[in-house]
Amino acid sequence: MSVKPDLLYSPSHEWARIEGNEAVLGITHFAQDQLGDITFIDLPAVGDTLAPGKEMGSVESVKAASDIYSPVAGEVVAVNEALENAPELMNQSPFDKGWMVRVRLSAQPSGLLDAKGYEEAVANEAH
Amino acid sequence: MKTVFAKSVPGRTGVLPPKADKTARDMLPQNLLRARRPALPELSELDVVRHYSRLSRLNYGVDANFYPLGSCTMKYNPKFIEAAVNYRGFTDTHPLLAQVDGGEALTQGNLEAIWLTEQLLQEVTGMRAFTMQPMAGAQGELTGILLIAAYHRAKGNKKSKIICPDAAHGTNPATAALAGYEVVNIVSKDGMVDPEALAAVLDDSVAGLMMTCPNTLGLFEQHLPEIVRLLRSVDALLYYDGANFNACMGRLRVGDVGFDVVHLNLHKTMGTPHGGGGPGSGPVGVSERLIPFLPGPRVVKKADGRFGLNHDLPQSIGRVAPFYGNFGVYLKALAYILRCGAEGLSRATDYAVLNANYLLARLRGHLDIPYDRICMHEFVASASKLGEYDVHALDLAKALLDKGYHAPTIYFPLIVKECLMFEPTETESKEMLDAFCDDLIAICERARTDPAGVKAAPVTLPVRRLDETAAARNMILTEVE
Amino acid sequence: MPFIPHTPEDTGAMLKAVGVRHLDELFAAIPDDMRPKSFALPEGLSEYDAAARMHELAHRNAGHVLSFMGAGAYDHIVPAAVDALTARGEFYTAYTPYQPEASQGTLQGIFEYQTAVCRLLDMDAANASVYDGGSAVFEAAMMCVRAAKKRRLVVDECLNPLYRAMLHTLAANVDVVIVTVPHAGGASDMDTLAAAIGGDCAAVIVQNPGFFGVVQDFAPLADKARAAGAKSVMLVNPVLQSVLKTPGESGFDVAVADGQSVGMALSFGGPYLGMMACAKDMVRQMPGRIAGRTKDLDGKTGYVLTLQAREQHIRRAKATSNICSNQALCAMRSVIHLSLLGPEGLIRTAELSMQRARESAEALTKLPGVSMLNDAPYGNEFAVTLPKPARQAVAALLKEKIAPGLPVCRWYKGLENVLLVACTEKTRPAHIRRMAQALSSAL
Repeated sequence: MSVKPDLLYSPSHEWARIEGNEAVLGITHFAQDQLGDITFIDLPAVGDTLAPGKEMGSVESVKAASDIYSPVAGEVVAVNEALENAPELMNQSPFDKGWMVRVRLSAQPSGLLDAKGYEEAVANEAH
Repeated sequence: MKTVFAKSVPGRTGVLPPKADKTARDMLPQNLLRARRPALPELSELDVVRHYSRLSRLNYGVDANFYPLGSCTMKYNPKFIEAAVNYRGFTDTHPLLAQVDGGEALTQGNLEAIWLTEQLLQEVTGMRAFTMQPMAGAQGELTGILLIAAYHRAKGNKKSKIICPDAAHGTNPATAALAGYEVVNIVSKDGMVDPEALAAVLDDSVAGLMMTCPNTLGLFEQHLPEIVRLLRSVDALLYYDGANFNACMGRLRVGDVGFDVVHLNLHKTMGTPHGGGGPGSGPVGVSERLIPFLPGPRVVKKADGRFGLNHDLPQSIGRVAPFYGNFGVYLKALAYILRCGAEGLSRATDYAVLNANYLLARLRGHLDIPYDRICMHEFVASASKLGEYDVHALDLAKALLDKGYHAPTIYFPLIVKECLMFEPTETESKEMLDAFCDDLIAICERARTDPAGVKAAPVTLPVRRLDETAAARNMILTEVE
Repeated sequence: MPFIPHTPEDTGAMLKAVGVRHLDELFAAIPDDMRPKSFALPEGLSEYDAAARMHELAHRNAGHVLSFMGAGAYDHIVPAAVDALTARGEFYTAYTPYQPEASQGTLQGIFEYQTAVCRLLDMDAANASVYDGGSAVFEAAMMCVRAAKKRRLVVDECLNPLYRAMLHTLAANVDVVIVTVPHAGGASDMDTLAAAIGGDCAAVIVQNPGFFGVVQDFAPLADKARAAGAKSVMLVNPVLQSVLKTPGESGFDVAVADGQSVGMALSFGGPYLGMMACAKDMVRQMPGRIAGRTKDLDGKTGYVLTLQAREQHIRRAKATSNICSNQALCAMRSVIHLSLLGPEGLIRTAELSMQRARESAEALTKLPGVSMLNDAPYGNEFAVTLPKPARQAVAALLKEKIAPGLPVCRWYKGLENVLLVACTEKTRPAHIRRMAQALSSAL
C-alpha cells in the first residue's frame, strides 16, 4: 500500500500522524522506494526544535542521500532508536515500524496534504 | 583471497633493520609506551611479494585494459617518465633543506624543476602564474576558491555565493561549501550554461562561477564570452575546472578567454598515472589580479639566474600543502610535457577529440545520444532505450567489464538519465575503438534478446556483483584480530 | 608523434566516419577569436633527451647531503620490494575502484591498509587516506566540528607549524575559531591545554611526539575533552607508534599521521600520505573513501567502497569533504612496507632511530655551550640550544653538505638558537661523529 488514509503528508514525502498535541513523523512509501535500500538514518536528538520545511535529519542509501524535512513545528520527545541498527525498517514498514520521531507540537500543522492530495502529487511527479 | 593479516605466521620475519642495543623500555618510561606490539603481518619477503602480486592481478589498469572513463582521462602513462623522475636528488632531498639559510644552493635542480613546470603550465593555459602545492584536483579547487575569497576580501567585496551549473562535477559544490560559500545551482539549456539563467541569479553577492569547459556533456560552452561579461559586471570571478583540459591543449588557452583561476589534473591530462586513486597533482593557475594571493613559499628565479624561495608574501592565503605539493607526481608531468612539446600536446588534444567523435559515430543508433553533435574529447549516451528490457547503464557497464574493458563513467552528469559518459583518449588505436564498439553494440543487442544474461554480468571477474547495501549496513572496515 | 597510434589511413577513415574532412573541423565550436594567442612550448624531445633533461635537473641538486632533518619527514629505509610491487601496472595504472568487480586488488589493498592503520594506532576505523599529515589535521578538525557541533579548535603549539599554517589557510572561510596554546619550553603545556577545553570547544588537537620530539602522556587531556563534550585529535609518527602509547590507548577520538615514514621517499615533500583513523562513533564523519568487506551474488567475499553517500559525488554541497583522489598508491606502499617489516621490523626501526637520537644528543651536548632544550623524554628527534643562532650554524655546515638539523626560528620566535635534530635507523655512529665535529668547529 503506497498511502495511508489517516495521515497528513508533505510534498517532500514526509508523513505526520497527529495524536492530540503530539505528532509521529516518518517518510512515505514512495520516498523509501525512490531511495532504494536504506543504509543509515540520521535522526534529530530528543529536545531538538523542529520547524516546518526545515531539515530534521537525513536518510542514506548506497547511491543516494536525502535530507528529511519536518512537516510540523514542535519539540522532539522521542526518536525511533530501532532505526540505528535496523535501517531496513524504513524500507519494510515506512508508515509503522520505520517511524522517525515523535514531536510535541508547538503549532497546529498547516499546509499539509491529505492522502488523496498526496497521491495526486506523487502521480504528477512520476510523469 | 585471504588478507595479508590472515596469512601471518607468528615469529616469521621479512625485512629487518639491525637490532638496537637499547629497547624502548630502556629509553622511555613505561607510561609512555604501548601495552603490546601492533598486530601487523608476520611474513617473509616472498610471502608479501606473492600476496601483493596476486592481489594486483585482480585489478584492471590502463596497461592491460581500455578505460573509456568520462571526465577521468585514463590515457596511457608512458613508461619513460618513471625512469626520468627516479633520480637521486629528486627522491632523496628533504623538503625543508631548501628553506634554511644556505639550503637553496643545494636544491637548485628541484627548485628549477618546480619553476619550469610552472612556466610550461602557464604557456599551456595562458594563465599568469601557477602554484604546484595542491595535491589533487579537489584540493586545487579549494585553493582556487580560497584565492577568489581572498581577492574579494582584499577589495572589500561582500560576497557569499558561488554558482555551479547543474552538470558540474560534485567536487565543485562540495568545494564551494567547504570554503564557506552558499552554492547556487543553475539549470543548463541545450547542454550548456544558459546566460539567462545565470543573469537571473547574478547579483553583487556572487563571488564566482565554477565552470568545466568543455563541460561534462563533452560540449564546448558556446556562451563563454557572454558569461565572462556578465560575471565582470558584478566583479565575480570565473573558475575553470580542468578535469576536461585534455580537449583544450593548443586549441583553447583558458587564460586568453577570461578565466581567472584554473586547476589542472596532471594525473589526467599530463599522463601521470592514477595509482588506483592517487596520488594526483592539481596545480592552480591564476590571472594577474590573483597573483598576490597565491600560496607560499613561491619559487622565484633571481636576477643571477639562480632559483630561490620567496616567503615574503603578505597577501598570500597561506599554505595548502606542507611543502611544494606532490613533487614526485608533477615531475612526471614535466617529463611528459618536455617529451611532447607544443606539437605533441596539441596532437594529443586533436586525436582525443577525433577518437571521441569516432566512438560517437560508431555508437549512434545503438544508444541514445541526447546531445548529438560534434563533441569534444568525451560525450554522453543514454541507456534509457533499454529500460523496457529492464537493462540499465549499470548493467551495460558490468557487461563491458566481462569483455575486458573498464566501464565508462555512469550516472554522471546527473542531468542525463541512464547516462554513460565515454572518453576514449588519444592513446587508443582505431582497432581498439572498433573492438570496443563491436562489443558494446553486441551487448546492447543482447539486452533485447537476453536481458537476464546482461544483468548477470560480470561473470568472468574475480567476484560477481557485490552487495553494497550489506557493506554499508554492517560495516566491516578492518580485519578483526 | 609519441603515444598516438593513428596511421594517416586510420585518421582518414575516422574523419570520414565522423563526417568531417579535417581535424580542425572538430573544433569549429570554438570561435576564431578564442583561439590561443600563443602556444610557444619548447619543441618535443626524444625519450632519451627528455630523460637526460630530467637527469640534468636532478643532478643540479647538491648530491648526497648528510642530513639530520626531520620535522615530519624522515629518511627511513624503504625495502626494494615496495617499489617493485607498487610499480606493477595493475596497481599503478588503475583508476579509483568505482567498479569493484574489476578493482578487487586495489580494494583489498585499501582494506588491508585500513587494518594496518587501525592496529598501529589502536583505532576502530580508518579511511583510504588523505593527502598528507596537514590535510589529515584539517579534515580531523572538520570532523570534530561536525560531531561536537561546536566551533572552537584548541591547537597545541607543539603541533607541526606547517600543519597549523595549513589549518589556518584551509579553514579560513569556515566558521571556526582556532586558539593556539603556546608550548612550554618545547613541550606541550598540559595545564593550559586542559584549561582551554570546555564551553564551545569542538576539539583539542595535539601531536605526540610533539614538534620538538617530546613524548608525553596525553590520556588525561582526552579524558578532560570527553568530559567537556569536546573531541580529541592526536597526530602521531607511524614508526614510533610501534612502541609509543597509542592514540586509542590514550582515549583519543581521531588519530592522524603523515605516513611518509612508512614507505615513502623524502621526494622533496611529496607524494606523502595522510593517515586518518577514528573511533567507531565518528566513522560517518570521516572524509574520503573507505573500503568495506561484503559478499558477492555467490556468497564469495569481496570488497567495495562503502559509505559513499557521505562523499562529494553524491552529497555535493553537503559532503563531509570535497576530496576524491587521495594518495591510494602511497597507502598501498605503506601497507606493503608494514607487511615487509612486520611488528619486529617496525619496532627495530623505531628503537634504532631512538637510540641514534640519544647518541646524537650525547655527542652534541658535549660541545661547549650546547644543551638540551628540555629534559623531557623524546623519541627519534630532539631540540638543542646552541651558543649562537642555529641558522648561522646550519648555513656553515651546509657548505660541507651536512644538515645538522632544522633551525626552528622561522616558526618559533624566541628560539633563535634552537636546532631540531632527527635520526633514523639510517643514521650511523660515524655520521654522528662527523656532524658533531663539524658543528663544533662552526660554533
